[in-house]
Amino acid sequence: MMRLDDYRQVASPGAVDIILKLAERVRGRRLLHLSGGRFGAGAPEALQPLIPLLNDVGIDAAWEITGGDPVFYATSAALQDALEGGERVLDDEALGHWMEMNRINAKKIRLEADVVVVHDVQPASIVSSRPGGGRWLWRCHFDCSAPQRRAWSVFRALVEQYDGAVFPLPRFGRRLGIPQYVIQPSIDPLSEKHREMAPREVTRVLQALGVAQDRPLLVQIGLFTRAADPLGVVNAYRLVKKHHPVRLVLAGTAGDDPESYDVLAELRRAAEHDPDILVRELPPDAYLQINALQRAATVVLHKSVREGFGLGVAEAMWKGKPVIGGIAGGLTQQIVYDVTGYAVHSVEGAAFRVRHLLNNPDIAARMGAAGRELVRRQFLVTRHLTDYLALLIHLTS
Amino acid sequence: MMEAGVTAAEPFVFTGCVEVRQALQRTADDERELMDRLEEVPTESIFYHTHGYFLRHRPITTAYGNDFAAWVAVHVRDQALSERLAVVNPFEYGSLELLREELVTVVHDHLRRLRTVPRAEGGEPFHFQQSEIVEVALGTPAVTLLEFREGLASVDASAIYFHMVEARTRLGRRAGDFAEWLRSSLELPDLAERIERIDTYMTSLERVRARVLSLVDVELERRG
Repeated sequence: MMRLDDYRQVASPGAVDIILKLAERVRGRRLLHLSGGRFGAGAPEALQPLIPLLNDVGIDAAWEITGGDPVFYATSAALQDALEGGERVLDDEALGHWMEMNRINAKKIRLEADVVVVHDVQPASIVSSRPGGGRWLWRCHFDCSAPQRRAWSVFRALVEQYDGAVFPLPRFGRRLGIPQYVIQPSIDPLSEKHREMAPREVTRVLQALGVAQDRPLLVQIGLFTRAADPLGVVNAYRLVKKHHPVRLVLAGTAGDDPESYDVLAELRRAAEHDPDILVRELPPDAYLQINALQRAATVVLHKSVREGFGLGVAEAMWKGKPVIGGIAGGLTQQIVYDVTGYAVHSVEGAAFRVRHLLNNPDIAARMGAAGRELVRRQFLVTRHLTDYLALLIHLTS
Repeated sequence: MMEAGVTAAEPFVFTGCVEVRQALQRTADDERELMDRLEEVPTESIFYHTHGYFLRHRPITTAYGNDFAAWVAVHVRDQALSERLAVVNPFEYGSLELLREELVTVVHDHLRRLRTVPRAEGGEPFHFQQSEIVEVALGTPAVTLLEFREGLASVDASAIYFHMVEARTRLGRRAGDFAEWLRSSLELPDLAERIERIDTYMTSLERVRARVLSLVDVELERRG
């Protein structure tokens, strides 16, 4: 388990000292996080490094999980999808069951704390059972700025029982009668996905994936969905290939929805006719493989057309890579145009910028270095910890 | 005048800072809405998007100087207005209300010359925010010029922002904390005046730190 001192080697100078000073002011306060699971992206990925670090600096931090029966999980998943804008049918009976299950969850968890942070949709209605005392925050990790109307009217009534909401970006929220705080997500630089790797280790992992390093690598890592636009990346690669002998790696996990299978099938068809297009379906815990692919890349693409925060950009920048991203979600918050990479509107724009970087390796190197420094200051878990401590002071002092 | 190494009665406490950011639930999709919102948002939001820009952009000096100019350039793609907003130096205005007035005037003057109002087509709306600063006392308090130099060299960059920007603009200490302490506690008015004159606009906090350090070094060398 990592200790805060371990992060001195990677965090920006002074960052750990600020954390220790902030923590002195709220030492011993109880901070309870509630989420729907311990594994996966979003809340679990953020909380795994944060909870031990909060405890290491003297905060009484706990992380509890809510659960229920299959109807509970299905209803909360449908509600979250509807809040993200999907068309879902939500019946009152199922919603009532979801709320009842969270009332039962409330009885099993010690909810007394100075600050309670409830993550995303699954445990959100537990606020109805909040005991007296303590400040309650709803922490949203997704974009609910354009929800299905009925879902929002149900959910808004719950969210307004909190003392505040926390969004990764201002644009992910909607009008609410409570304060809306902004805390961006982060990456853990000492995790398997982001730790340093020797070139030999990178090569070994890439060999196991069947990815040769004899040509510049264009890499996109992400879900095989239309939103991530891997087919757009293939088209951009084809424009680049006319001028540069490059190889394209599309790696990620396929969801269990039919769209993912369709996209994956289309990509595999494209790859059948071009041995330089490598499609690699990875398991959800392929952290080392993702680390190695990002480190081996010449240019990383994140050409989504719809996106959440899109932390993959920060992940690639941490490995010193220039990133070409789409104009979606939090991508433009991470890419400083012409400094750490380029945000583009089109396939042609992506191809043009890839060619620009391949023709100007000095610019690519400069952007990679700038991106790493930006991540060091703004997207590491140390900054995330700082934000939580500042918020704890703000809410409880 | 005091000699080098003389102890100040009041120690200098380096104070870093962290922002608690808050979204205001006010947005602008085009330049007219930007102007309207600029007129009505709290001054804390004007501060956040102008002076606060330097705290958030400390690793990289970008071309814009404030969030409004950056949004107009990147999302509205109106280079002319972006240039005019970027040149508004927030440190030149005696109050945030005067700064707000200047920003509104710049946008108003620009729109008067246009037939249509430029929009963030294909880009993102501007989201107004504000922040509360949480102060953090850092390091060992300094009582001599040499200790001040040592502290300044190693302190987190947010302390440079706090003492040179936040203190002057939001806390009303117009000279800035460095200059004020050097003048009143170490009786070094010339050095204080030189530090007060440092231009903190369109640069990075690290460059401001380097500039203050070089002025202090000259003073230390002069005094042997």
